Amino acid sequence: MNGTLPPKSLAERAALATPPTVAMRVRGLSDRAVAWIFIAPTIVLLLAINIFPLIWTIQLSFTNYRANRPNAPVRNVGIDNYHSILTDPDIWAAMQATAHFVFWTIVLQTVIGFTLAWLIDRKFRGHGFWTTIILIPMMLSPAVVGNFWRFLYQPQIGGFNYFVSFFTGLPPSSFEMIGSVKLAPWAIVVVDTWMWTPYVMLICLAGLRSIPDYIYEAAEVDRASPLRQFWSITLPMALPFIMLAVLFRGIENFKMFDMVNLLTSGGPGSTTEVASITLKREAFEKWRTGFSSAFAIILFVTVFGLANIYVKALNRVKQR
Amino acid sequence: MTGITTAHSVVEPGARSRRIAAAVVVVYAVLTMLPLVWIFMTSLKTPPDSISYPPKIVFQPTLEGYCNLFTTRSRQTAEYIRSLPPPSGFCEQIARDRNMVVVSASNYAPRFVNSLIIAFGSTFCAVTLGTLAAYGFSRFKVPLADDLLFFILSTRMMPPIAVAIPIYLMYRELGLSDTKLGMILLYTAVNVSLAVWLLKGFIDEIPREYEEAAMIDGYTRLQSFRKVVLPQAATGIAATAIFCLIFAWNEYAFAVLLTSGDAQTAPPFIPIIIGEGGQDWPAVAAGTTLFLIPILVFTVLLRKHLLRGITFGAVRK
Repeated sequence: MNGTLPPKSLAERAALATPPTVAMRVRGLSDRAVAWIFIAPTIVLLLAINIFPLIWTIQLSFTNYRANRPNAPVRNVGIDNYHSILTDPDIWAAMQATAHFVFWTIVLQTVIGFTLAWLIDRKFRGHGFWTTIILIPMMLSPAVVGNFWRFLYQPQIGGFNYFVSFFTGLPPSSFEMIGSVKLAPWAIVVVDTWMWTPYVMLICLAGLRSIPDYIYEAAEVDRASPLRQFWSITLPMALPFIMLAVLFRGIENFKMFDMVNLLTSGGPGSTTEVASITLKREAFEKWRTGFSSAFAIILFVTVFGLANIYVKALNRVKQR
Repeated sequence: MTGITTAHSVVEPGARSRRIAAAVVVVYAVLTMLPLVWIFMTSLKTPPDSISYPPKIVFQPTLEGYCNLFTTRSRQTAEYIRSLPPPSGFCEQIARDRNMVVVSASNYAPRFVNSLIIAFGSTFCAVTLGTLAAYGFSRFKVPLADDLLFFILSTRMMPPIAVAIPIYLMYRELGLSDTKLGMILLYTAVNVSLAVWLLKGFIDEIPREYEEAAMIDGYTRLQSFRKVVLPQAATGIAATAIFCLIFAWNEYAFAVLLTSGDAQTAPPFIPIIIGEGGQDWPAVAAGTTLFLIPILVFTVLLRKHLLRGITFGAVRK
């Protein structure tokens, strides 16, 4: 990082300027101009499509505006929307459903994903091919995935119940994954785990491969047991990567909408109504635009906090 | 690959542990593919076969699902069908066997084309903007660069539904609701953050000396960007483009809230394909299969860059 201090004398300035820069200044645009010309379009687009709408949302969140009645008088209601959200039992139920979903998907995906990565790291013959196969679900459209799992979960005609009954002996039509209040929250966890375990696996695999062999060699020399090696070398050294995967999955699943919307659309009742589904109901079915704007702001602030933690963790991983 | 080990390395896993690992991984891979195999099989079943109880593993494959996906049909009396001239096509024949006639093409093909136009259009814009911005951030001292980069990333963190509320109002005012242009703009804005972060990583890896040498030889900054940096970054640009394509191709939340007809893409359309008496599962499965095939191809093409793409460039192999 040189050149942060302004050069004091002309001589120093002349010494700092390298010939190419001088040549370029004569014939082309200055570096500063090029930088701004290159960066500005992106910033302008994001300001128009992200920041302007965000400011609008903040403004709407203090009103009782309804998008389906554009001509009705709009009243400023102060912080009423925020107050009613934080005291609304339905919103808290949605936050609980979201917490259940986020917690269990992260636990399952981390355990299964790390185990798979640890096994694949053995580099058996054909591990590249099988890794690619395992990665496929995470590339698919969550909406399309949710929709076809709705078919797989049909109690009599779907494949999932048959698969379970083949291993457990339960009659296939004795349980309904998306129709029962007890099982539906787990139905969305199963699909998300099926879809995103490869994501955690891939990041963990990178973590395991980043551990240099000489550390294990030294441990062998010291006669550390395989278990000891796992706890003292493998796990701690892969931990930043696991954390990164957990943070990413946490943020993504906190926002979860498409897969759940098509699989259960929040039902039965509101047992799988995660935050984004509640938000969609309030904004685009009940048309309480002001109220849902306030809810959107609350969700955004939460995610933004997570994002900040994420960037700090990311920098730690990068520094290694 | 960090695992360059010699024959007498003590850290090389034994043959036995390798075999067990391979067995577990292969079992998992097969299990994970079962749902996809099931959907593919369903796409080749007749509607009665698809809802038979118990489900049929062995069945007579048919293309009826694909025909139903691309056509709309209406039920007619047997006398009427007998009075018609012989069927003109394959799908017409299948329809007549069920006492139906093909009325028109369904909306699947136009929705699929919309998906293609919107995905490629937004990818092109996002990668173009992203390459320029990434080069700017990589090579020049931009004031507040870290804050700007974080701002660019944070736009991706917002829940899509939260963004959709004001976008819905804004597009209604501007007349962009249910237009391809509106969707391309929106997907460009979402993808550009990924493009900037990924491409900055790729461009950071290109040694500055190449450009400096070119500029000493008399190139301007812009010329050296075009003739030196762009060719060097081609692989990275291609990988980034595929990631943007996949996002735009798979996106559902904005599409279902902001489009209803002209600009509707395939993901909101596939779930609402209905036949007589409920969802036409073979047609849905056929639509799903056709929609997923490009993604399978892309996954294989991308496998070396996947890690970088899904972590916004944070982890590189």
